Amino acid sequence: MNIVMPNFASVLPEMFVLGMACAILVIDALLSGRRKVITYSLSQLTLLGALILTVMHSGEKEVVTFGGTFVRDTMGDFLKVFIYVITAVVFLYSRDYIKSRGIDKGEYYVLGLFGMLGMMIMVSAHSLLTIYLGLELLSLSLYALVAFQRDNAVASEAAMKYFVLGAIASGMLLYGMSMLYGVTHSLDIGKIASYIASHQEQQMILAFGLVFVVVGLAFKLGAVPFHMWLPDVYHGAPTSVTLYIGTAPKIAAFAMAIRLLVDGMQGLAAEWQAMFMVLATLSLAIGNIVAIAQTNMKRMLAYSTISHVGFLVLGILAGTREGYVASMFYTITYAIMALGAFGIILLLSRKGFESDQLDDFKGLADRSPWIAFLMLLIMFSMAGVPPTVGFYAKLMVLQTVIDVDMLWIAIVAVLFSVVGAFYYLRVVKLMYFDKPSGSGSLIEAGIDTRVIVSSNAILVLLLGLFPGGLIALCRLAFA
Amino acid sequence: MALSDFLIVGAILFCLSLAGIFLNRKNVLILLMSIELMLLAVNMNFIAFSHYMKDAAAQVDGQIFVFFILTVAAAEAAIGLAILVVMYRNRNTIDVEDMDTMKG
Repeated sequence: MNIVMPNFASVLPEMFVLGMACAILVIDALLSGRRKVITYSLSQLTLLGALILTVMHSGEKEVVTFGGTFVRDTMGDFLKVFIYVITAVVFLYSRDYIKSRGIDKGEYYVLGLFGMLGMMIMVSAHSLLTIYLGLELLSLSLYALVAFQRDNAVASEAAMKYFVLGAIASGMLLYGMSMLYGVTHSLDIGKIASYIASHQEQQMILAFGLVFVVVGLAFKLGAVPFHMWLPDVYHGAPTSVTLYIGTAPKIAAFAMAIRLLVDGMQGLAAEWQAMFMVLATLSLAIGNIVAIAQTNMKRMLAYSTISHVGFLVLGILAGTREGYVASMFYTITYAIMALGAFGIILLLSRKGFESDQLDDFKGLADRSPWIAFLMLLIMFSMAGVPPTVGFYAKLMVLQTVIDVDMLWIAIVAVLFSVVGAFYYLRVVKLMYFDKPSGSGSLIEAGIDTRVIVSSNAILVLLLGLFPGGLIALCRLAFA
Repeated sequence: MALSDFLIVGAILFCLSLAGIFLNRKNVLILLMSIELMLLAVNMNFIAFSHYMKDAAAQVDGQIFVFFILTVAAAEAAIGLAILVVMYRNRNTIDVEDMDTMKG
């Protein structure tokens, strides 16, 4: 038995985040109530450190290490950098919210960091085992975060639903993985890919396993018909947790789809493309139509997420490099848009007032014109109105779908986007053309949060005007 | 005993757990039990496949996976029960039917 030393340099960011998360957990227990700001600062420092460690090694060529369970490549580094930045902004937005709700505990940040570690592992997984472990680390942290406000009955119900449905999804995914292992005799993504390529005769059992894997993936992404958890979790969770669930994990789920389906099961592309076609069409339809009927902003954004997932899936199902690039661009820009949208809800809320009803946005333009303008930018971007970035993201996905001769699905996507424009524009109408009703919102947030929310929304516009840089980076990831 | 026998047992366990989750309208605890059963069904599959494999390295892969699933299942049960306790304190019931405050 010979032991090969793993390449520790390529997992430095993961080890750093793990070490710091454990350290913060201990340090926080020793701090008195008023010095909690140290926990927050340390969490942000951890993210900064991980960012530096990741960027330091980026640009080198692909490394597969730890017995073929872990891969460090350009796509991984790129997605991880976005995950760090988004998590940092999530922590910043949450700070005032959790303070005024009395859930300002160190565990909030520690769970956030562990969840992020799970995402990093998912992004860099090169084996079914690491994909599963990363996914569970993320999911378990998120279940706990949803139930974080312990005296909130709605949140605990949402957490229970999330837990049960998430566990079913993991079970499905595992069942599929066991089938893949049984047929291919390996857990290594690379070996699975080469086995599938050289054994065409066992397509049947592989396709059986693939169905379960795709169901598990669809659950985690929130694609129809496996979306039942999403509206309830978004609605029930504290807004700061909704913000977290709605942004960074989408990037990790995208990476998981690429690792499993593109890197691992390219040989079964015809099968999973057919399944994704159903998922994409249904997600676009149900997401956009049901969102119209919502009166709760968080719930409406949940259904909007489902429709955006439809677009994300559409890019992957094109099955070309351009398609993956478009899908990656879509995922990242969607995460930025969702960050802005939930960030503004957080900014407008205060103790005893969640600001999550559509009516709470009535006449916002009179009370705080700048915030209303930022919300307008984000709503336009989600609807896909040029010159915001949402337009380019949709355009790229549609282009790749048309390039592979699936014109009908592009038409479906455009039609439902038009339906979707209704509920985004309704928010704009409420803000600009309706009279304020009831208690208006006084913004209590600190200057740092305001500046980041503003730059977040402005970024949506800037990326729309100059999308070239980000697209080039996405291309680099699939070089 | 052939490999297929074990796989059939695994499939039956898996279907039972799914039925337990979707047909059960009463107690959340039964949901948690069903989830555990589902993970055990998967373990059954992994062990059966691994036992009938010729290659020693491939055999170990499956067995290691089983240990990880067992560990994760324990962590999952801990979090599930913790959420259950929180839910009971807030609502004084753990009936599945009462989990309907959010609609739309």
